[in-house]
Amino acid sequence: MVGAGLVVIGVGLGIGRIGGSAMEAIARQPEAYGKIQTAMLIAAALIEGIGFAALFAV
Amino acid sequence: MSEMRKTFFTRFLLIAALFLGQFTFASETKEEANGHGKDLKTEIKEYIAHHLQDAHDFSLFSYTKENGEHKYVGFPLPVILWDNGLKVFSSSKFHHGETLAEIDGNYYKLYHSKIYKTDAEGTIHYDEDHHATNVKPLDFSITKNVVMIIVTGLLMLWLFSSLARSYGKNNGIPTGAGRFFEPIVLYIRDDIARPNIGEKRYRKYMPFLLTIFFFIWFLNIFGLTPLGINVTGNIAITVSLAIMTFLITNFTGTKDYWMHQFDPLGKSLPWYGKIPLYIILVPIELLGLIIKPFSLLIRLYANMQAGHIVLMSLIGLMFIFKSWLGSPLSFGLAFAISLIEVLVALLQAYIFTMLSALYFGFASEEHEHDHEHEAEVAH
Repeated sequence: MVGAGLVVIGVGLGIGRIGGSAMEAIARQPEAYGKIQTAMLIAAALIEGIGFAALFAV
Repeated sequence: MSEMRKTFFTRFLLIAALFLGQFTFASETKEEANGHGKDLKTEIKEYIAHHLQDAHDFSLFSYTKENGEHKYVGFPLPVILWDNGLKVFSSSKFHHGETLAEIDGNYYKLYHSKIYKTDAEGTIHYDEDHHATNVKPLDFSITKNVVMIIVTGLLMLWLFSSLARSYGKNNGIPTGAGRFFEPIVLYIRDDIARPNIGEKRYRKYMPFLLTIFFFIWFLNIFGLTPLGINVTGNIAITVSLAIMTFLITNFTGTKDYWMHQFDPLGKSLPWYGKIPLYIILVPIELLGLIIKPFSLLIRLYANMQAGHIVLMSLIGLMFIFKSWLGSPLSFGLAFAISLIEVLVALLQAYIFTMLSALYFGFASEEHEHDHEHEAEVAH
């Protein structure tokens, strides 16, 4: 159970970082909004997948 | 309670009830039934677990009469068993697990949404882990999930074939529902298929990508209606979707794709240099073939399952608090989560399509650098 909690913290930090970086990137290059958003969603989905895998393993 | 607060609450409850009709009905039943038997928390847990499972009948809600009789509203579905011969009967014979079904001298019992073969008394035998050890006949029943898959399939067939016809009639100008769906179809083509698969080959993958996107999206949305279905939150269904992606990826794989799998650096590396490659890199690449669709299926399953669990738990809060604070809190949270789930329903369909397109892109890509390497060797 503690492990699951740690994984969720990790996933939260990871997705938070991706979101934050994507925001900065969009602010810097608003014209690349679509591409950045796609890349962000893919990366977030991959991390999320790991998080769920860990949760289901508990 | 002041008059103002009351109207606010009534309005809020009305809106939320639209979304949560089924859950609340059924939860109320549990509250009433609580008087005799298990404690509330276990019952809420059981109710959530029950909701997440597939069912042999399509029940909309249930309630308990004053004399303690359970009343179910819904309709039974056909049960198809293979047990030394085909056995087809209506699931109404189970009476929601309360009675045994007797077919040709065999007795079947519905236990935790699974059908077991029992003796005439309906005894269930357990092993030490409290799992039933009775014989399970092969179950090909048209369950709730199967019904929803068929309904969604027919809906999509009707919707998109009539859309296609309307385009033919109006010289390619969208009308009606086409105005809603055209941008989505174009988005999948121009922003998912083209950049990921490439201008040359994207066309042959479009039918699959569009089908899988709308199939997952529609089923996710149906999962949020008060019908109480959970199709994309069923691992068997996500497994079959992922297997399709896996098969298409590997059967349309080009020579370069398989070269990349089994011989990553090709002729640019002498044979003795490839030994560590075959010990470490190639097994990882091969494992990746399986992991890619596996992550697809786990992501979709877990997201939908988690969404349903969160929603139902929040509604369960109301019965745990048992004060005037509980209802608005649980309705408010459940309402907000419902709205997020609408977004998640679309997002998961998008991610599944997007990643499938990405994998197809990997498989059908022809590496430029391979030819460069060959050219270098030739020099």
